[in-house]
Amino acid sequence: MSAAPPIMAVQNVVKRFGGFTALNDVTTSFAAGRLTSVIGPNGAGKSTFFNVLSGSFPPTEGRVFFNGTDITGTPQHKLAHMGIAKSFQITSLFPKLTVQENVRIAAQAMRSRFGLWQPRSALNLSDAVEALLLRVGLQDRRHESVDTLAHGQQRSLEIAVALACEPKLLLLDEPTAGMSPEEAREMMDLILKLNAERTVILVEHRMKLVMGISDRIVVLHHGTLLAEGTADDIRRHDEVKRVYLGQSV
Amino acid sequence: MESNTRPAATAKAGPMGGLVAVIARHRVLAALVVLAALPFVTPYEALAVNILIFGLYAMGFNLIFGYAGMLSFGHAALFGLGAYGCGVSIAKFAIPWFLALPIGIAVAGIGSVVIGWFAIRSRGIYFAMITLALSQVVYYSAYQWVSLTGGEDGLRGVNVPAIDVFGLHFDMLDPLVKYYVLYALAAVAIALFSRILHSPYGAVLEAIRENETRALACGYDVARTRWLAFILSGVFSGFAGALYAIHLSVVPIETLNYFNSAEVLMITLLGGMGTFFGAFVGAYVYIMLQDVMTVVTVHWQLVVGILFVVLILFFPRGIWGSLLKWVRA
Ligand SMILES: Nc1ncnc2c1ncn2[C@@H]1O[C@H](COP(=O)(O)OP(=O)(O)OP(=O)(O)O)[C@@H](O)[C@H]1O
Ligand SMILES: [Mg+2]
Repeated sequence: MSAAPPIMAVQNVVKRFGGFTALNDVTTSFAAGRLTSVIGPNGAGKSTFFNVLSGSFPPTEGRVFFNGTDITGTPQHKLAHMGIAKSFQITSLFPKLTVQENVRIAAQAMRSRFGLWQPRSALNLSDAVEALLLRVGLQDRRHESVDTLAHGQQRSLEIAVALACEPKLLLLDEPTAGMSPEEAREMMDLILKLNAERTVILVEHRMKLVMGISDRIVVLHHGTLLAEGTADDIRRHDEVKRVYLGQSV
Repeated sequence: MESNTRPAATAKAGPMGGLVAVIARHRVLAALVVLAALPFVTPYEALAVNILIFGLYAMGFNLIFGYAGMLSFGHAALFGLGAYGCGVSIAKFAIPWFLALPIGIAVAGIGSVVIGWFAIRSRGIYFAMITLALSQVVYYSAYQWVSLTGGEDGLRGVNVPAIDVFGLHFDMLDPLVKYYVLYALAAVAIALFSRILHSPYGAVLEAIRENETRALACGYDVARTRWLAFILSGVFSGFAGALYAIHLSVVPIETLNYFNSAEVLMITLLGGMGTFFGAFVGAYVYIMLQDVMTVVTVHWQLVVGILFVVLILFFPRGIWGSLLKWVRA
């Protein structure tokens, strides 16, 4: 759909858990700078797909490419340094640390290897942390511990932590999960702003939410790639209509 | 844990709460002040030396157990390698103490590099079992290699009768002088240890313990970070072992025994896992208790077993951990 080289590509990716096939021969690519949404019903394999892209586990078969480099089987922490960050569907933070320290520790990953002798403050991360907190609107909560935050704020912190490693590619797994419609709208606004600076791939199973903002939509169903294209393409797609029967598309 | 990354909490009022809060804030100074006074609050000096050394040992063990969240059941090997490394250097090769100490630390360091490499990829009970198994390998090696280690009888002749530094003469046969010489050496280790906890690396260790999945996604090499924690932990434990050899003038084979791994676990639990000051609180209470109980009953180990169960069931934070919780509640 565009001439820009893909930042991320998968070729014939299969992921099996024992005898169960969660991803079945998925081939697609993601253009740099765009906002692509991956949608599909519960259990379609969206999170599994993200785990393969972010290197949480390798695919059972097939290959994964990042900026043209084969990254199949590359450990996740190395991919983070290459510029792939992810936010989790189920909030995954450092629960006993403060909001600020959550962001600081995430930002630190890109700065130092193993600083053993200098104090933490010597890394001068406070400006970066400040900017990230401002970005997601948590600057007033910085000294609170994560488990005292409201759900929506935890979801925002999840984004800030993912952003802290200055990713080229941001993978967001249902960032609006459990949010009120109002909060979800704000989150979508934020995602659009983030997309202005980097490639974003968004998982969302509420189709309506993403229709307006996505450059491209990929539909997964039972682990197979059912359809891909613009919002209009997807709306008109017969099989997508059948899968989402009863929902307004 | 005494960490500046936790949410600030209102400190409990009252002298007790204030004291705990002050100690937590100035942990190195507090540990050094308390340890300096130790010979005067123990029945005899040799007991104070034991508390100092086992406190140091527990501090090192705590890095992997309390801060990295992995239960090693093989730290006796690292403590013991430090003790034998230093002891053999002095007893068999007549190497001066100031070289024997770093040799002991290096031997323990090499031991932890190897044991850690095998163990670090396993988790939970498997990690405990692998470290236990490998420490037993070290135990039997020392047991068999009689010409070097003295085998079953232990290593004799680790004699450091006097220490001369900067024109000062210290008579190590005087128990109080010996205590303060070992104290000065331990002080360096305590300060270094605190620095590591405060470093960016210390923060990563905390983060991994809190949420390994997230730490990986952030770009931290979890396996390597843990391996380094095991090595550092082994180095500090080995240093404690090396001091132990100098303290006793012998290295008993029991330093390598798994019971020594259990004891450091007990001390750490008693004081409070993942707390800096807790290691020394635990060592004080445990060793004082042991000193009293061995007079009362020969079944001291049974008492230890009961203590262990009580700790796990009713007192998981330990003494210092509970005090910190209370102050911050
Ligand atoms: N680690 C695993 N082991 C076994 N089965 C798994 C594992 N992870 C996912 N699955 C299965 O793979 C299928 C796809 O799961 P996945 O989490 O990728 O779906 P999803 O599209 O993200 O769903 P949702 O919208 O509910 O988040 C499900 O049937 C799930 O039970
Ligand atoms: Mg999912």
